[in-house]
Amino acid sequence: MTLVVAGAAAVYTLRIADDCLVLSHRLAQWSSWAPALEDDLALTNIALDLLGQARGMYARIAELDGTGRSEDDYAFLRGERAFVNCQLVEHENGDFATTMVRQLLCSTYQLAQWQALTASTDEQVAAVATKAVKETAYHRDLATDWTLRLGDGTDESHRRMEHALAALWPFTAELFESDAVTREVAALGVGPDPGDLRPEWDAYITRVLGDATLPAPEVSWRPTGGRQGLHTEAFGYMLAEMQHVHRSFPGVTW
Amino acid sequence: MRSSGQIDQGGAEGVPTGSPAAADPVADPREADFQALIDADQRIEPRDWMPDGYRKTLIRQIAQHAHSEIIGMQPEGNWITRAPSLRRKAILMAKVQDEAGHGLYLYCAAETLGVDRAELIDLLHQGRQKYSSIFNYPTLTWADVGAIGWLVDGAAITNQIPLCRCSFGPYARAMVRVCKEESFHQRQGFESLYTLSHGSPEQHEMAQDAVNRWWWPSIEMLGPPDTDSTHSAQSTAWGIKRFSNDALRQRFVDMVAPQAVVLGLTPPDPELRWNEQRGHYDFGEPDFEELRRVVGGDGPCNRQRAAHHLKAHEDGAWVREASAAYAAKHAATTAAA
Ligand SMILES: [Fe+2]
Ligand SMILES: [Fe+2]
Repeated sequence: MTLVVAGAAAVYTLRIADDCLVLSHRLAQWSSWAPALEDDLALTNIALDLLGQARGMYARIAELDGTGRSEDDYAFLRGERAFVNCQLVEHENGDFATTMVRQLLCSTYQLAQWQALTASTDEQVAAVATKAVKETAYHRDLATDWTLRLGDGTDESHRRMEHALAALWPFTAELFESDAVTREVAALGVGPDPGDLRPEWDAYITRVLGDATLPAPEVSWRPTGGRQGLHTEAFGYMLAEMQHVHRSFPGVTW
Repeated sequence: MRSSGQIDQGGAEGVPTGSPAAADPVADPREADFQALIDADQRIEPRDWMPDGYRKTLIRQIAQHAHSEIIGMQPEGNWITRAPSLRRKAILMAKVQDEAGHGLYLYCAAETLGVDRAELIDLLHQGRQKYSSIFNYPTLTWADVGAIGWLVDGAAITNQIPLCRCSFGPYARAMVRVCKEESFHQRQGFESLYTLSHGSPEQHEMAQDAVNRWWWPSIEMLGPPDTDSTHSAQSTAWGIKRFSNDALRQRFVDMVAPQAVVLGLTPPDPELRWNEQRGHYDFGEPDFEELRRVVGGDGPCNRQRAAHHLKAHEDGAWVREASAAYAAKHAATTAAA
């Protein structure tokens, strides 16, 4: 299945929207399963913010690709190969440590990205970004707090955090990949080339992991492909669940 | 939603049967002042003197109400990952989050009476405190989310509006905030169900099926009939309970019966009709035997709900321990500095 949107700006925006939607969905899976009520509230808060960000971006994509499709067309009527989120966001929740490490890695990236997007030449994207910066700063703070607490908490929490980092770290390489789409968009001033976000991300993550007494893992494996619609096996199950009801009743209003 | 009620075959406001409502064996001279405050419709605050029975009754009722909010997250949360549009998904996530918030305020209100949340959660896990019977029914289709919003949040509001005037200040204040959100939930549920009912034939059928399954359990949520509810006199005297279960049930039916007409859905009660003389709807006899069974632990989902909550709690133990360890280390560092 080919990408369903045309034009570099639309593809680029779709990548960001899909990152938000998929991560939101994963976080929402925590509902009623979090370690404490406060954590349930916090995870749902982040999931709601991300869903709002995705919806803001889908609305813009429908204009950019000239199809005028609805947000639900993007979310519910594309197959596995048409989603262009990075693989990190689709990674299964695992334990609370895995979810929080994933959140730290993602939110740090997304915050840098939204900050750069506030200066986008695309005014609608800039408007979504302005709101998203505030929200994402909170997501990053929350994930940072948990990283410190769990990294420097008990032996068990430390061990779980190391395990989570080892599992997720390989997926971070993909976040910073540049390609023809990102180069074109950067040249137009629509958004940053992901490679340019790396120094800020590295600096923040290194500092937090250091404070949390967690060594950054050394890995040789660098999975990639999400931006081309190549996903992990777990993603198909996620989409099947997410899209099932919508697709079972074609063309109706909800 | 989350009604406080029907717990232990308890009253509509969750006052447990055979509750410690019995008056203190030796009358305390302060009791007259306490009762005078209540009779003057004043609020009792946590620092005020109160009879032991009043304190125990409230702890139990507020805790069971809190547990209901929290357990209620399960049946509705069950549909978050399958919500059929992004808009509905956002609404449902926000609703389930509100319920978590309600649970939190209520646990805090209970804590003002000298217990802590962890103890109350242990009592829930041991089955010594209950939660609303309604959450022991499964959510089988998407339409159940709308039906719960309309009927279950509707019954909860019916129960809770009088609690906004409850004699215990922290509970009354929590209820004011909760009721605002519950009525929002009820409108959203109604709107969702309306959309389904007026959608495709399959959507309409799904909505009707959901109403068929949720109608009676929602009516039963208001508690056993007044004839079986012998414990409410003390709660009434204490300003905790203001209306009988049957009075609240009538109020609920009077609210939802005309709404069903607007929805274009038929409640599964052939006896439901307007009674001009009474100025109320007549309705059939709820199956109180079923309510007793469900409250007693043999509803479709009692075991599942309890196991889910316990598993989440146990899975989170290492996280809570890590937080405590980190806080202790941090406190030690700060103190040393
Ligand atoms: Fe509610
Ligand atoms: Fe509630």
